Amino acid sequence: MVLKKSTKAILTTVLVVAALVLLYMLDNGVIGSSYTVRIVRLSFIYALIGVSMNLVNGFTGLFSLGQAGFMAIGAYTVGVLTIPVDLRPNVYYLKPMAEGLANVEVPFGVALLLGGIFAAVFAALIGAPVLRLKSDYLAIATLGFSEIIRAIIANDQLAPITNGSLGIKSVPGFTSIFVPVAISVAGIAIMALLIKSSYGRAFKAIREDEIAAEAMGINLFKHKELSFTVSAFFAAIGGGLLAAHLTAVDSNQFKIMVTFEILLIIVLGGMGSITGTCIAAFAITAGKEWLRFFDAPFFIGAWQVPLFRPGLRMVIFSLLLMAIVLFYRRGLMGTKEFSWDGIFNFFHRLQDEIRRRLKKPAREVQ
Amino acid sequence: MTDKPNVLKVQDVTVQFGGVVAVNNLNLEINKNEIIGLIGPNGAGKTTAFNAITGVYAPTNGAIYLNGELLSSNFPDKKMQGIYAGENLGKYNVRLAPTPDIITRKGIARTFQNIRLFKNLTVFDNVLIAKHMTVKANPFSATFMLNREEERRIRQESMDLLEMLGLADVKNDISTSLPYGKQRHLEIARALATKPQLLLLDEPAAGMNPQESDELMHFVARIRDDFDLSILMIEHHMQVVMGICSRIYVLDYGITIASGNPKEIQNNPKVIEAYLGVDE
Repeated sequence: MVLKKSTKAILTTVLVVAALVLLYMLDNGVIGSSYTVRIVRLSFIYALIGVSMNLVNGFTGLFSLGQAGFMAIGAYTVGVLTIPVDLRPNVYYLKPMAEGLANVEVPFGVALLLGGIFAAVFAALIGAPVLRLKSDYLAIATLGFSEIIRAIIANDQLAPITNGSLGIKSVPGFTSIFVPVAISVAGIAIMALLIKSSYGRAFKAIREDEIAAEAMGINLFKHKELSFTVSAFFAAIGGGLLAAHLTAVDSNQFKIMVTFEILLIIVLGGMGSITGTCIAAFAITAGKEWLRFFDAPFFIGAWQVPLFRPGLRMVIFSLLLMAIVLFYRRGLMGTKEFSWDGIFNFFHRLQDEIRRRLKKPAREVQ
Repeated sequence: MTDKPNVLKVQDVTVQFGGVVAVNNLNLEINKNEIIGLIGPNGAGKTTAFNAITGVYAPTNGAIYLNGELLSSNFPDKKMQGIYAGENLGKYNVRLAPTPDIITRKGIARTFQNIRLFKNLTVFDNVLIAKHMTVKANPFSATFMLNREEERRIRQESMDLLEMLGLADVKNDISTSLPYGKQRHLEIARALATKPQLLLLDEPAAGMNPQESDELMHFVARIRDDFDLSILMIEHHMQVVMGICSRIYVLDYGITIASGNPKEIQNNPKVIEAYLGVDE
């Protein structure tokens, strides 16, 4: 069954308006708490970073694990450049901030963009040697570079800029939930458009078969570099948003585990699916919070249920993930994208399946 | 012969991997609108010759010309010189090793022995991707859809191509869901989308029954005329090779043991020996 174009347009409008109304109500405290607001904000930021990683891993077929490093570049650029000047002596209390930077305070948007550009330039530089590697080797090399970035940032000699291992506090937060949401949505939309363009098709060709892609006149290095650089740019934007979200930046936030968390999102959502990544970003970010219930002691009457203690949450979470990966081997969406037709077809198939099962005994009687 | 340069001229090309000489001193000429066959027993170096022409490997020694213009050329480096087992050492002193994508842009397209389609993409996308190299828009303007005209053009050209080759009705199917024969057609369509002057077909009739390979033969002859092509094909089906090739080169252990028109080849004792063995 195929829906009419107008029906789809109406459904999409309804969905967007509903989302906007919900966000507006969240922002004004009509529904939810500040805790809910934080989860929603974080989900949007993770969706952006997830899509940026999917661009390289899922669409271009390069196994890159450098996302945390690029996030760190973005986060530190935003952190360093947006702390109010009068608060800086409190932040840089061990080593004063470098003279040239001490009085430089730029608006959030400018800092965010600068962070993106720094990361993109860095990605372009390391891309030249690294992107000649394939599969696991590429993963190891990018992982290495990501750790190098983190080590450099935490280095004591850079303390006048990055405050070394102390991290940065007093980063101004968001004034409204719409700031991170709008930036994330815009970033995801730009990447979606890139993927839809002729260059995006070339990325997919490289993913499917490098040798054939090259034989079709596609310059492998140029396209891999493009995908890698754009991915780094948006990962850094996501990192910058994260800095404002937490109002603090610390090099320990950008350890390998963060990259794996993002990897988890894209694997679960489907390598090569933008909407899948968004859905998974929300499911994982929110799911981890909702499962906190398992971390607290739980009583039935006077009997304390065993196992309910800090840590159980992650056990349950891992079990759920395993179950999902077992049943949806290619992630929730595979390489498909969300569509209204897809949703309706799913329910139709479900309906047919139920009817078939109900009818079966009758047929056996015949 | 006219004084026009050959579409492709392979001159003294040797490809050596370590101590193994895969192709030894290959000389091959293709003129405009010719269909040339390259045959030989398994492991004779036919696909290696293809790979050397299309830039997958650089030749170890020798030169390749496209329309009289130097396409690629190489000579053994210091490490190779000691073990080089080919001929014409010292005759070439230019290093020019373009990558496969540059060679495709210059007008040589190819298919692969074991079909290499973009598996999870549709038939239409497979052809559309081959048109990507003609896109002039930069990534920025392509992302923000400032190249609508160009996008429309490559879509139209891809559609026309699918219609010409009888694949229009399956354009939205995933490429690997097509039957084998259609996959071969699609691979040729994809190669044609790069608007080549020279098409290299690596065993296009592999795995086909006599009727299918007969159809393929007519298909190849037709695209030669429709697209004004020169074609070099590797093929094991003698029926196909003898049917459409104007000249045939025979390789055995990397060495060209014979060349000439189908009749000459069929009666060449060396060829019979290579294929059937020596009469004891």
